[in-house]
Amino acid sequence: MTDPRDVVMRLDRITKRFGALTANDAISLTLRRGEVVALLGENGAGKTTLMNILFGHYVADDGRVEVFGQPLSPGNPRAALAAGVGMVHQHFTLADNLTVLDNIRLGTESLLSRGASRAAARARVDRLSRDFGLAVHPDARVGSLTVGERQRVEILKALYRDARILILDEPTAVLTPQEAEALFATLRRAIAQGLSILFISHKLHEVMAIADRCVVLRHGKVVGEVTTAETSGAALAAMMVGGEIALPEARPATAGKVLMRLDGVTTPDKGAAPGLKRVTLDLRAGEIVGLAGVSGNGQAALADLISGLILPGSGSVTMDGPLARWSPREAIRQGIARIPEDRHKTGTIADFTLTENAVLEGYWQPGFSKAGLMDWRAAEGFAQGIIAAYDVRCPGPGARIRLLSGGNMQKLILGRVLEPGPKIILANQPVRGLDVGAIAYVQSRLIAARDGGAAVLLISEDLDEIMGLADVIHVMSEGRLSPGFPRGSKTAAELGLWMAGQGFDHAA
Amino acid sequence: MRLDPIAAPSLRRQIGLPALALLATIAVAMMLALIAGANPLATLGLIAKGAVGSKFAALETLNRATPLIFTGLAVAVAFRAKLWNIGAEAQLYAGAIVAVLLGTGVLGAPLVLPVSALAAMLAGALVLLGPVMLKTRLGVDEVVTTLLLNFVMLLFVSYLLEGPMKDPMGMGWPKSAALVKEARLPRIVDGLRLHWGFALALIAAVAVWVIQTRSTLGFEMRAVGQNREAARFAGMPVNVVLVKTALLSGGLAALAGWSEVAGLKGHLSSDLSPGFGYTGIIVAMLALLHPLGVVLSALFVAAIFVGSDSMSRAAGVPTYIADMLLATALLFMVLALMLTRYRVVWK
Repeated sequence: MTDPRDVVMRLDRITKRFGALTANDAISLTLRRGEVVALLGENGAGKTTLMNILFGHYVADDGRVEVFGQPLSPGNPRAALAAGVGMVHQHFTLADNLTVLDNIRLGTESLLSRGASRAAARARVDRLSRDFGLAVHPDARVGSLTVGERQRVEILKALYRDARILILDEPTAVLTPQEAEALFATLRRAIAQGLSILFISHKLHEVMAIADRCVVLRHGKVVGEVTTAETSGAALAAMMVGGEIALPEARPATAGKVLMRLDGVTTPDKGAAPGLKRVTLDLRAGEIVGLAGVSGNGQAALADLISGLILPGSGSVTMDGPLARWSPREAIRQGIARIPEDRHKTGTIADFTLTENAVLEGYWQPGFSKAGLMDWRAAEGFAQGIIAAYDVRCPGPGARIRLLSGGNMQKLILGRVLEPGPKIILANQPVRGLDVGAIAYVQSRLIAARDGGAAVLLISEDLDEIMGLADVIHVMSEGRLSPGFPRGSKTAAELGLWMAGQGFDHAA
Repeated sequence: MRLDPIAAPSLRRQIGLPALALLATIAVAMMLALIAGANPLATLGLIAKGAVGSKFAALETLNRATPLIFTGLAVAVAFRAKLWNIGAEAQLYAGAIVAVLLGTGVLGAPLVLPVSALAAMLAGALVLLGPVMLKTRLGVDEVVTTLLLNFVMLLFVSYLLEGPMKDPMGMGWPKSAALVKEARLPRIVDGLRLHWGFALALIAAVAVWVIQTRSTLGFEMRAVGQNREAARFAGMPVNVVLVKTALLSGGLAALAGWSEVAGLKGHLSSDLSPGFGYTGIIVAMLALLHPLGVVLSALFVAAIFVGSDSMSRAAGVPTYIADMLLATALLFMVLALMLTRYRVVWK
């Protein structure tokens, strides 16, 4: 077949167990020179464990890793770097207060050195950024860069350390479609120069676009390895979840009356995160409003406002009349279901039980407490009901929620906020980090709630998700809100331009 | 060296490691005795005998445990909500001052005891309220403010005892006038030197336990302590919860001072507390902030103090051994608890 010398990295029957759970079960994988291999899998399929073994954070129980024919010493984080493997994490590992150049040199050479070595480093960074199309100014402070630029710095950092193999963990999650295209162009140049790439993603169309081969993991095992040219997105999705899955089919909405109206609302900036800039938005009964935009463009401020965490600085918010008071509890009282962006930090308390988390918002209501005393039996009944109705896989209502997977945690939150029958649903990144099965479940619940007459505000960085679900799409950029575009009236590329900030001047 | 979290620690680990910590503490105690030139085993025996070896010794231990239960509860309640109250000492003295103010003839039986107890709790609560308001309003670190208030309060007590509250019959000693008989806590059993303050401390421990596990306030306090952001998002009034926690914590600490004056000493002097407020932190930490555990750990700590006192007289080993033992016990226990949740991997 192919020349064995072409193999740059070989994972051989890697096995890792955590107690009774086998996170990686005899996983074998080869990466050849100039090739892009996509690693696909649901959450909990074992991708992260495999990466941690590769980078020496875990030691495999069995199996071995070879890089360029040499065995990689297990459990040594420096070994992978030294062998020429560079990793670009989903969450960047850059120092905001240093320049691009210093960030790149950080960890390899002393930042105090001046003169010759610094000039040499700069020349090298310049050459690398030219060769790979990674435009970024070496003297810019990382704190002032956009997310896309920061990612370029991460890639430059790996290249600067002579990485011949790049591992990218969900690299497009934080990018606009245009930025993602630029990233792919860079990756194609890297392949042309003989680098090899392992690409971790759950976005099937991207995998189809960039990868030569796909390795699909499920429950810690390799369940399929296919050449991209010979498969389809649907086939890959089926392989990931082990059966054909039906993504929810959104029926056209019949929008009713306005349940919440924001009129010229402005909120103060919060550090680097912009506040809202004269935002006007209607949420109507029976309609899903999708809010697209690159993360950090004011979505957080809008979510905080509707959640009750912040007050409008100017402008007005009305629900059946102007709001007299506004707080998280007031929002709950007014029938707003809030699915927070970060279910671990904001949505749940890790060491609390499912029961305690189920009543975290509603514990003060007559059903769950009386005269300041909790009715734990009623609370547990409520949790049991959610577990049954929302198919939460868990040991029981008394288990700590930290033991649950992200999807099951999200189902509990869904049950908590949807059971009272809300008028308005704020879903902030409701499916981020979930597996395909859980995504379909959460989305179908949101659609069902809309069909039941609720107004849904869906905030997501995933344009596909917005375009698939939303009846009306708004785009946010630097705190400004675009006009609403009806479903299907704009292409992804057109929305991408709005995400990049174009079009607002004409609209304003 | 690296720490790997253990998802579900085995029972053997959960019981074995704290037991090991206790053994290690005893080993250190024997070493210290050896250094002091005494027979290690005999020293241990003397500590045990001094703590629980006779009816008198055991009652003394219970008496000593009483203020420690109160301050331990005060710390446990606050720490559970991640409110770092290091000022139990100051709140204790606030309670002691009130016991004297209301107990020297202003009020008569049967009102004096309940009224002065409640007033003491209020005073202790107010002492902690200041730092907590500074924290919730201005973000001032309560560790610093509560800690420093201890010294302010001690100086204030010295001033009171040299001035307005000085006992005219005290032959010049800096102490307050004695409480009237009606203002004293009676003994639980006639003839045995154990006052009702101990029973009250046990009741307080159960009450705190019920509040924490059964009440909405307890639910809020635990939620605020575990994850303030999630509690706020869920609609809990975080600052109000912190203020309520402070009132409860300060009130409990004040009862320590109140019961020492009304139950044991009968007057206020500036050596009323040999650091009960600070020792309360050790008590609470050893109990893992569990209110019923506080009772056990207060008894343990009191036994070490009382036993060491008595051992020191018999064996000539300095009483400082008690402080060293507590410090070692705490360090080993914290280490043991960490090791139940993490596995150390040597590299």
